[in-house]
Amino acid sequence: MSVLIAIEPVNGTINKGGFELATFARLTANQLTTEAHALVLGNATNAGELGRYGIQKVHTLVHNNLEVFDSQVYSKVIAQAAGQLGATIVVVRHNANGKSILGRLAILMSADAVSGVNAAPLGGAVFTVSKSVYSGKAIAHYQLNSSNKVLSLMGNALQPQILGEEVNPQPIGLEVAAPKLQLVSRETETGHVPLPEAEKVVSAGRGMKGPENWGIVEELAAALGATTACSRPVADTGWRPHHEHVGQTGVAIRPNLYIAIGISGAIQHLAGVNNSKTIVVINKDPEAPFFKAADYGVVGDLFEVVPRLTEAVKKFKNA
Amino acid sequence: MKILVCISKTPDTTSKISFVNNGKEFNSEGIQYIMNPYDEWYALVRAVELKEKNGGSVTVINVGDVSSEIVIRKALAIGADEAIRVDVVPESSLQVAKEIAAHAAGYDLVLTGKETIDYNGAEVGAMLAELLDLPYVSFAFKLEKEGEDWLVSREVEGGTETLKVGGPIVLSAAKGMAEQRIPNMQGIMMAKKKPLNVVASIGAEKGSVVASHEMPPAKSGVKMIAPDDMDTLVKLLHEEAKVI
Repeated sequence: MSVLIAIEPVNGTINKGGFELATFARLTANQLTTEAHALVLGNATNAGELGRYGIQKVHTLVHNNLEVFDSQVYSKVIAQAAGQLGATIVVVRHNANGKSILGRLAILMSADAVSGVNAAPLGGAVFTVSKSVYSGKAIAHYQLNSSNKVLSLMGNALQPQILGEEVNPQPIGLEVAAPKLQLVSRETETGHVPLPEAEKVVSAGRGMKGPENWGIVEELAAALGATTACSRPVADTGWRPHHEHVGQTGVAIRPNLYIAIGISGAIQHLAGVNNSKTIVVINKDPEAPFFKAADYGVVGDLFEVVPRLTEAVKKFKNA
Repeated sequence: MKILVCISKTPDTTSKISFVNNGKEFNSEGIQYIMNPYDEWYALVRAVELKEKNGGSVTVINVGDVSSEIVIRKALAIGADEAIRVDVVPESSLQVAKEIAAHAAGYDLVLTGKETIDYNGAEVGAMLAELLDLPYVSFAFKLEKEGEDWLVSREVEGGTETLKVGGPIVLSAAKGMAEQRIPNMQGIMMAKKKPLNVVASIGAEKGSVVASHEMPPAKSGVKMIAPDDMDTLVKLLHEEAKVI
């Protein structure tokens, strides 16, 4: 019995999401007095670093058939590794790939599955995990009774902790079927952290009056090292690209800091952002519903407040 | 081309969420139910568009009791040709996937929304694909037919990618796939005459089910900061919230 995490490196490196998995796996393994293993699918220069965040054994597999992500191929490989390593709990990230894998693993391993787990399991006689449901309006607790269990871990749910030392990754021999999916093209967004992974997000809405005014939003984001986002009406009118739209029908995010500028806070918008750790709302309307969901609020003209905030952030960073 | 679209009934986005029976059961009193928006706006509308372009048929399938029929009729009004309702109250993703799999053979394309807005699981599509032994692409925001193949674009970490795959396939649909359609009067009238077949459950196993619910800790209340005092805001974000 052991806990196994499966990771696909992005551009040859394991990022913070992978280290969050490592810490989650070790905390889980400690509760069950067992070991935490990692299966790294593809080349990663920093695979050994998983050891620092809690992984005791790192297994690596590099294979041509893994170059395109085909969930059918990846799932079979992970299930095979779990069998070989005697892992009864498999954890993947709750990102686009993880979501394609989790359900397949549940079937392949006859395992109970919970997606988007938001904290380490509660210790106790029955294995219990929790997740946020109803778009953050409630928390659900699941008891898993099956001998095999598969979980996906929500990004930013816990922070990587130093729990060990760097380890030497060892190659593992597994059969890898040929993918049925063929990669046609790949577009990488560069220059900023993608929204679902961003720790800080600066978002703006109709209060901006027009796309030509976005400079002040971008300056604040640059000063904070944040990713920019927008509300649905702004994306729908073409002021900003659709991939920036956060909310129920756009991207759901859970950064540590969410700054909402000139966004009234319609319930559909809140559903996509209310898992953010800290919410700052800047709006000229003191009655804007967003203030009810905020931690910090500023009532004022955003065209004055935002540049002032940018200056204050710069002053703080330079101090 | 035969397309199957899996649709769920979910509480309306604006619903006040609460639980009864010691947090074990969802309190459905006063709740307005809708078709899960991702199923409706993206999966179903794209299926109807593909049918309009390439011919074929669109079947919608729902796992639920008779109270689901209002959303099933809406799907028929939007343009689905027929519907299947598996007559059992759904309690888990595994159960739903297994009940649907029993009726999902013989389709060229099986579509789901990227997740439901109640339990946000995003599991049924992948389970269904594994049960049917088919390729699966999650979070697809573009889908085109190219000869015998499908061209699918999906979100990945740090970007997007476009894939080519021969059918049949299972896909989960995300924003960008299609635009919301409002059923017109003709569609609503026609929907009443379209077949809605109620079939018995196969008694699929449920796997893990929710043991209990709780409400998230309430926000301690918003702290207001004067608009000319942004230094204080930065200080609070650093010292109190510890986010910068």
